[in-house]
Amino acid sequence: MAHPLRGAVAVVGFGLTPFGELPGRTHLEIMGEAIHNALADAGIDKNQVDGIFGSNFNDPLGAILYPEYFGLKNIKVMDSTNIGGSSFNNAMQDAAAALHLGLCDVALIAYGSNTRTATRRAGPGFGRSFDAPYRPRQPINSYALAASRHMHQYGTTKEQLAHVAVSARQWAQKNPRAFMREPLTVEECLKARMVVDPFGVRDCCLVTDGGAAMVVVRADRAKDFAKKPVYLLGVGAATTHNDISQMPDLTVTAVAQAAPRAYAMAGITVKDVDVIEVYDAFTINTILFLEDFGFCKKGEGGPFVAAGNIAPGGAHPLNTNGGGLSCVHPGMYGMFLMVEAVEQLRGAAGERQIEGAEIALCNGNGGYLSSQITLVFGTEATL
Amino acid sequence: MASQRAATFEGPGPDAVYYENLKQGKFRIQHCNACGKNFFYPRPLCVHCGSPDWAWIDASGAGTVYSTSVVRQRPEDGPDYNIALIDLAEGPRMMSRVVDIPATEVKIGMKVQAHIGELEKQTLVLFRPAGR
Ligand SMILES: [Zn+2]
Repeated sequence: MAHPLRGAVAVVGFGLTPFGELPGRTHLEIMGEAIHNALADAGIDKNQVDGIFGSNFNDPLGAILYPEYFGLKNIKVMDSTNIGGSSFNNAMQDAAAALHLGLCDVALIAYGSNTRTATRRAGPGFGRSFDAPYRPRQPINSYALAASRHMHQYGTTKEQLAHVAVSARQWAQKNPRAFMREPLTVEECLKARMVVDPFGVRDCCLVTDGGAAMVVVRADRAKDFAKKPVYLLGVGAATTHNDISQMPDLTVTAVAQAAPRAYAMAGITVKDVDVIEVYDAFTINTILFLEDFGFCKKGEGGPFVAAGNIAPGGAHPLNTNGGGLSCVHPGMYGMFLMVEAVEQLRGAAGERQIEGAEIALCNGNGGYLSSQITLVFGTEATL
Repeated sequence: MASQRAATFEGPGPDAVYYENLKQGKFRIQHCNACGKNFFYPRPLCVHCGSPDWAWIDASGAGTVYSTSVVRQRPEDGPDYNIALIDLAEGPRMMSRVVDIPATEVKIGMKVQAHIGELEKQTLVLFRPAGR
């Protein structure tokens, strides 16, 4: 029987730059010339590209930098897995799988390098961020700018932001694994030391140690294991920018693109969601994601959280482990929100268990609100 | 393959030229000849339409604060400072600092004007309130 990828994809265009020496040009500028020629060779517009595959040791976040840099507006698949010189062969495999599964329709694999002519001191910001020279305190600063804009545009208040932190703490108090479980009030949040206005320290996630892992198998094998399986029902990914200055609208995240794709794949609406787990690196995240998920209208996230919706006893329990704000945040939190979703859907979340939870909605956030991955998990009953 | 190499792929790239312009006291951004839109930060292809057919234009320096923040510091590390996002009159948005007023006094919607200044020995575009 043929491998399902056999014959599934084809190369339809390629582009090159001159070889040898291209002095005074960054690796991204060189990459741009190659991309321009490849798109011309294939006869397609850049916005037909919806999967970006590329990596470079200069670009640890390449797969969100390239879409920003080249203005690729419809990216659904981002892959900058770097395994050395064979990275691009590897990328072809990933692209084939993604294409076969319909996650993207036009994959672009690209690379540029100025290894020969790069000068050691090429000037400030050369080939790097145009935000960084201003010394924003990152990542907090990017999120603070988003909060500032949301407050200006929709009247969101610091009290409403504080409700996100307080709700997270109330959940953490039900979770013996949570790092911070002392009672927390809105007033205490408002009085906390300012870090980057409009954020005080209680608007910011923890810095902890911690680790997590998951075993994921094909569904047809899922019942070979002892524990109750939790199924991935849907997933959607999107990026709007790399640096915060390039985010088109600081009040609308890529969740607005990612979540509908995840809902469509899973065949659900927000009404079907029993429990929500999001990457709450900062209090504004939760408000933005609730809006972009569709739990409330744009701009109404502040009143939504202040009304107690996401706290214990609320209609939309969110970050039931205490989240990055009160449970755990070891640099990157994405694994932990999925672990909590699984625990809830197994019915094994103890005092914080959501009764009858069948569908969990998750959202991982990356960069400076830059990349958003929405996932829908469900129990066997939802299949 | 495209048969002819676009002129903007020749010579020093837009990144280098941007900073060279700044050193000579000129704040310049890119204007796309294909779609007519402007873009910043400097790149080899128009971020709107993908064209390599663009030219440098002088930015007016006029801008409006799109969002603002205040980086709080311990006294021994220096004073608090502003980090803002500025919408340029020509269209693009950029990060910068609004200086010459207290960081907390920078407000969204405020009209600002660019100047070329120094920050930690780097030549950069900074802003101050318009009309000052
Ligand atoms: Zn253009």
